[in-house]
Amino acid sequence: MNVRLNTLMHFIAGDAQADRVVPPTGYTARLTVFAAASMAFLAVFALALSLATGRVADRWGEALAKSSTIRINAPVDQMDAQVLAVMEILATTPGIKDARPLGDDEQRALLEPWFGPDLPLDQLPIPKLIEVVEDSDGFDADGLRARLAGEAPGAILDDHTRWREPLVRAAKRLRALGFVAIVLIAALSGVVITLAASAALAANEQVIRVLRLVGARDKYIAHAFVRRYTLRALGGASVGTVLGGLAILLMPSAGDQGNFLTGLGFEGWQWLWPLLIPPLAALVAFVATRQTAQTVLQEKR
Amino acid sequence: MIELEQVSYGYGDRTLLSDISMKLAPGSFHFLTGPSGAGKTTLIKLCYAELIASQGRVSLFDQDAQRMTRDDVAKARRRIGVVHQDCQFLDHLSVAENVSLPLTVSGRSLENPSELDDLLAWVGLTGQSDAKPPELSGGERQRAALARAVVMSPDVILADEPTGNIDWDMSLRLLKLLVELNKMGKTVLIATHDMNLIRSAKAQIQARVLRISNRQLQLAGADL
Repeated sequence: MNVRLNTLMHFIAGDAQADRVVPPTGYTARLTVFAAASMAFLAVFALALSLATGRVADRWGEALAKSSTIRINAPVDQMDAQVLAVMEILATTPGIKDARPLGDDEQRALLEPWFGPDLPLDQLPIPKLIEVVEDSDGFDADGLRARLAGEAPGAILDDHTRWREPLVRAAKRLRALGFVAIVLIAALSGVVITLAASAALAANEQVIRVLRLVGARDKYIAHAFVRRYTLRALGGASVGTVLGGLAILLMPSAGDQGNFLTGLGFEGWQWLWPLLIPPLAALVAFVATRQTAQTVLQEKR
Repeated sequence: MIELEQVSYGYGDRTLLSDISMKLAPGSFHFLTGPSGAGKTTLIKLCYAELIASQGRVSLFDQDAQRMTRDDVAKARRRIGVVHQDCQFLDHLSVAENVSLPLTVSGRSLENPSELDDLLAWVGLTGQSDAKPPELSGGERQRAALARAVVMSPDVILADEPTGNIDWDMSLRLLKLLVELNKMGKTVLIATHDMNLIRSAKAQIQARVLRISNRQLQLAGADL
């Protein structure tokens, strides 16, 4: 462990003289930094998308699992009896933690966005709503429907499954797609950095020949290239991550109630996730460049 | 030190060297001569394992070159100083950095930094340590290459046409340095087609002259 730590510290600290043996400039340097910055910027968005859709999926999933609504359509003179009957059924149904009829004010508030604030609720044939909150075990929705059909024919159980489940599935898939995008971004970064490193090694063939001529080991030559490309990727990815984070910060927010588009971003500790992007980009660059350097050097005597 | 036993080298259907046997004993001085394209550079490259023989055996410090790992080759090259006609410098580094490159890549340093100045003075490059190789003349570049070849105090010095691009006076000056190294016990092999240079050397030291002719290596000398 200590040996690995020492190796890592030596890699980070570097060797000023060894760093100088490879010419410092060239288009491959700019290509690597630009690619790392761009990929990190995109990775921040992919990460934000994954986390935001994850939150939406969790929120919807939680609501799906915990609440249902019973809607009672009955003539006004039978409404109270039906409500009473439904409440008695719910009281004896296992898996229900709480049930309560929504008050007139609550129903008015629900309808207000469509009908305005002065809705004469008592004069309209509006169904009565009962909010049902289940416990951790949940209830048998089919059994409850059967009992309601027998004892309160005007009552219809809406456990939200019809419209919430596809949305939650879609949100979960979107989250998975976000992670796939991150993996693809990492792979693409590796490809771009591999190409840049290959180009750099090809462009520095004379340097490699001279180094081999004077007795440099492959490890020494590879180290000079690997360290340089790793640091370039780290620097570029840091810039890209900061820019991506700023862009996320500047996006309009609709708070917790917003959908995943307006809620795209990080919350609380989730802001720590983007900090992983620069070291991961550096790791990708390290592996890609080392592999490339070893392959190229093996071809030379 | 370096020994070739019945070595052949070629690529495709073309054979460049055939059945070559040669031994560079410690402290010996050899010239390798022959017409352009005869295979002098190829033979030099076989001597520091940049090329691997198609047939036969090349030994570097008692190790079979064909079986040496890449790290073994790197280690062996630290005991062999090579001077090429085109010098092969890293143009972005200064003369001092180029000369000390063998030390840098092997993780060593001179005991006293003034030794580098002494070395540059020995090859007549005092005051040129901060210059970049493209700023040097042909003769200065050759002498800088020689300084780089000897900075690790190698056992063997291989010089491939070291006087190819420089005038006669500078050639004699370079030869003098190589002769001094040989007198210090270093093994020297110089590939050249410059017969005057060989005659000048033979006047100063005992040197064997090998000639490549028709892909074969022959001992020359009587006709010089």
